[in-house]
Amino acid sequence: MGKIYNSAAEALDGLLFDGMLIAAGGFGLCGIPENLIAAIRDAGTKDLTVASNNAGVDGFGLGVLLESRQVKKMMSSYVGENDEFMRQYLSGELELEFNPQGTLAERMRSGGCGIPGFYTKTGVGTVIAEGKEVKQFNGEDYILEEGIFADLSIVKAWKADETGNLVFRKTARNFNPPAAMCGKVCVVEVEEIVPTGSLDPDLIHLPGIYVNRLVQGNFEKRIEQRTVREA
Amino acid sequence: MAWDRNQMAERAAQELQDGWYVNLGIGIPTLVSNYIPEGIHVTLQSENGMLGMGPFPTEDEIDADLINAGKQTITELPQTAYFDSATSFGMIRGGKIAMAILGAMEVAENGDLANWMIPGKLVKGMGGAMDLVAGVGRVVVIMDHANKRGESKLLKECTLPLTGKGVVDRIITNLGVFDVVEGGLKIVEMAPDVTRADIDAVTQAKIVA
Repeated sequence: MGKIYNSAAEALDGLLFDGMLIAAGGFGLCGIPENLIAAIRDAGTKDLTVASNNAGVDGFGLGVLLESRQVKKMMSSYVGENDEFMRQYLSGELELEFNPQGTLAERMRSGGCGIPGFYTKTGVGTVIAEGKEVKQFNGEDYILEEGIFADLSIVKAWKADETGNLVFRKTARNFNPPAAMCGKVCVVEVEEIVPTGSLDPDLIHLPGIYVNRLVQGNFEKRIEQRTVREA
Repeated sequence: MAWDRNQMAERAAQELQDGWYVNLGIGIPTLVSNYIPEGIHVTLQSENGMLGMGPFPTEDEIDADLINAGKQTITELPQTAYFDSATSFGMIRGGKIAMAILGAMEVAENGDLANWMIPGKLVKGMGGAMDLVAGVGRVVVIMDHANKRGESKLLKECTLPLTGKGVVDRIITNLGVFDVVEGGLKIVEMAPDVTRADIDAVTQAKIVA
């Protein structure tokens, strides 16, 4: 059965339901699944919990799902740069679970690897440790963090072949592979779908086993902090 | 005379050793890369998934797929490698990054660090700071010695929520360099013309030896 769909809406057809947990790739606005986010907005799915390092900006990225009030809860490490997020959070409309960035990435990776929990030193002695099991290894404290098992992964890659083998580009890789791994179903948008056999098998970043559906998208690729030096 | 931002960064650059993989935080720590001593080769990690971070791009070189952890556009170097966030924090948690240089709001005499939230104020999140301080080999803090009200940022105990417990090894302030040792902070170096009395006047933490 083919994995390629004609549009982001088609690629998500039958997969969305209210109250679901979605894992999203991207760091800031870099490597985010712009087209799938827009399609989820159009579908109007509500009460979403979204595991994503950031929450987009006003009017772009996951910010569009905040504006349309489709998100109930965010699991993130950093949510600055978003006034609508802060307004909803401070008024109690939006739940927020802060995760240290590496803990969030590892929770996704672990979920995708069938590992329901792992111990880490990150956050020991901080508010992050509250309510979590503490265990000593070699005389040092570690806290238990749980794997994330998402209902759906939405991911952005650079290239895919027709079987879903993925190649990412530069720092747009970021959370995309761990997010892809932890979903029951993973939908990926790419800049280009190339014929099977044209990617070097030794240079595949994420094998197609993690990819259920593929769509080619159009990308705005907005830049958050345009920083330059003199030529 | 107390050090300014650039002089603090220049002093922090003296902490770097040849061959190290290093993570620089946002703010003054970013300036450290301008002062890497001659003959010292370090590889800068950007925790969003890159080793071998290059300088900011020229207008022509800007690439939306290439940013640092502060979301600024950057460039790659011949030795650059890219990887995903789980791998990135795997190398941090696994102790492969020799040193992190970070900013801070407060440091306590036992090495506790607070640099991510002020209760009652806008909370943006810890990002990768908790992972870095828990995982890297050595944590060096660069910060002003006192806050804008003239109160010590080197404390007996942190008043703000912690980023990590007992994680700081060395603190570089505008007044000098301090190590976290048994029983308190030890003065390693004082900025030119700064006296022990100047330091005592704005330091709440216990200074030993």
